[in-house]
Formats: sequence, structure tokens, C-alpha cells
Amino acid sequence: MLTVPLETQLIFAGILFLIGLIGLLVRRNMIFMLMSIEIMFNSAGMVFIMASTHWKQPDGQVMFIFILSVTAVEVAIALALILQVYHHYKTLDADAVNKLKDTN
Amino acid sequence: MNILFYIAAGVAIFSTIMAISGRNAIHSLLYLILSLLAVSVVFYLLNAPFIAALEVIIYAGAIMVLFIFVTMMLNIGIERETEKKWLNPGMWILPSILAAILLVNFILAIHTNIPITINKADIAPKQVGISLFSTYLLAVEIAAILLMAGVIGAYHLGSQKKKVKHRFLEKI
Repeated sequence: MLTVPLETQLIFAGILFLIGLIGLLVRRNMIFMLMSIEIMFNSAGMVFIMASTHWKQPDGQVMFIFILSVTAVEVAIALALILQVYHHYKTLDADAVNKLKDTN
Repeated sequence: MNILFYIAAGVAIFSTIMAISGRNAIHSLLYLILSLLAVSVVFYLLNAPFIAALEVIIYAGAIMVLFIFVTMMLNIGIERETEKKWLNPGMWILPSILAAILLVNFILAIHTNIPITINKADIAPKQVGISLFSTYLLAVEIAAILLMAGVIGAYHLGSQKKKVKHRFLEKI
């Protein structure tokens, strides 16, 4: 039986979330930004699983399934958007797509 | 038992850092797949084998394959030399070692975990299914609508439309 305390598990999930957040803030390549968002989704779902195991309730696993479906939709839409951006701008740099910014 | 958790968590954190800090998108995606597999082992150790299987099938199987597809579509023609680079061992030796560590970890977990998986107090996939289709039935339907909208949206965004422009407007 796993006897790792819940705090340690939560710290593990928090570290993964932090890595994803840092990646989202640092990288400018859109593929890498999307990957960072994936990592953050995954660590958030991991917290649900840890809580579900800790209190022996199935609700956390149900929530993880919903997170999984939301993630699948998000990835599909975001990759389609990335394809369109690449088609228009010929680059994946997020800073190149600033036509909405007021440059004056 | 606890050491297995720590090993899997260490592999997950290390491969996630490698995925974020890489230069080549494909290598980073392979590290990210490894990270998801490590997280799946963590789920298995947390007595959630159903979720561990879903993590492997949907995250590492479907979503990451979508990523790799798009990345390869975008990089086509730019890097002709990549295949030569992939064949040198420096690129794949570290992920292979990490994956081997994870495999040994998982096999050990299976061997030591057999009396636990039939424990009545644990959450079986059956319980998850019953809860999913009774308490959370409305949420399931909303998720279905979301998936439908996602399919239509991805199809609409992904289709390359021809430019419809009058010839007088072309010069402007």
C-alpha cells in the first residue's frame, strides 16, 4: 500500500504545474506553449486523482475524465488555430501575431 | 512501495523539464510522452488503474500523436537533415534509459500490488462508471456537446479556404 503522505503528492503535482507555468511564460513557440498548457491540465487532474484516492471517493476520477475530454477539445481547436497562424504568418512565434495590438 | 512513487515522480519531473527546455519540438514531444507515462505509473500506484489506462490511451496515445502530426506537417521541407540527426544515439539514449527505469518500476509495482487491486475498499472502474452515469449524467451530456462543438470548430478552422476577393481589390 502506498503510504506517501498527501502533502508530498500535492507538492509533486505543484512542481509539475509550476514547470508548465514557467514554460508557458518563457517559451514563445506556440507548440511549446500548448505543451505547457497540457502539462498544467495534467497536473490539475492529478490533484483530483490524489484527492479521490485519499478520501476513497470515485468523484475525483469522474472529474479527471471530464478534464480529459476538455483537454482533447482544446488541443484540437488550438492545433487548428496554430495551422492557420502558420499558414498566414509563416512562423510559429507568438509575438509575431500582434495585429490586434495598438501599435501607436 | 513508496520508493516506486518517488522514482516515477522523479522521472516525470525530469522529463517535463527536458520537454519544456528543448529546442527541437519532436524531441520535446517525446519527452512529454515519457512524462505522461510516468504520471500514468503514479496513477497506478495511487490505486486508480482505470485512470492510468485512460492516461496512456488518450493523453499519450491520441493527443500527443495529434501534436506530432501537426509538428511534422509544419516542419516539412525545412529540415531535411533531421533523419540523419535522429539516427545518432545522443538523441534517444537518455529517453530510452528513463523509459527503461519506468518499465522496471511499473513491473515491480504490478508484482507488489496484486493483493491491493482486489481490495474492496478501493475505487473500482465500475464505481467510477456508476457515478459517471448517475450523479454526473448532465455533465456527461454537456461534455458531449462540447466535443461536438470541438469537432465542428476544428473542421471549420482547419479547412483552407480559397481567397474570395474582387479583382479591383487585389491591388490594394
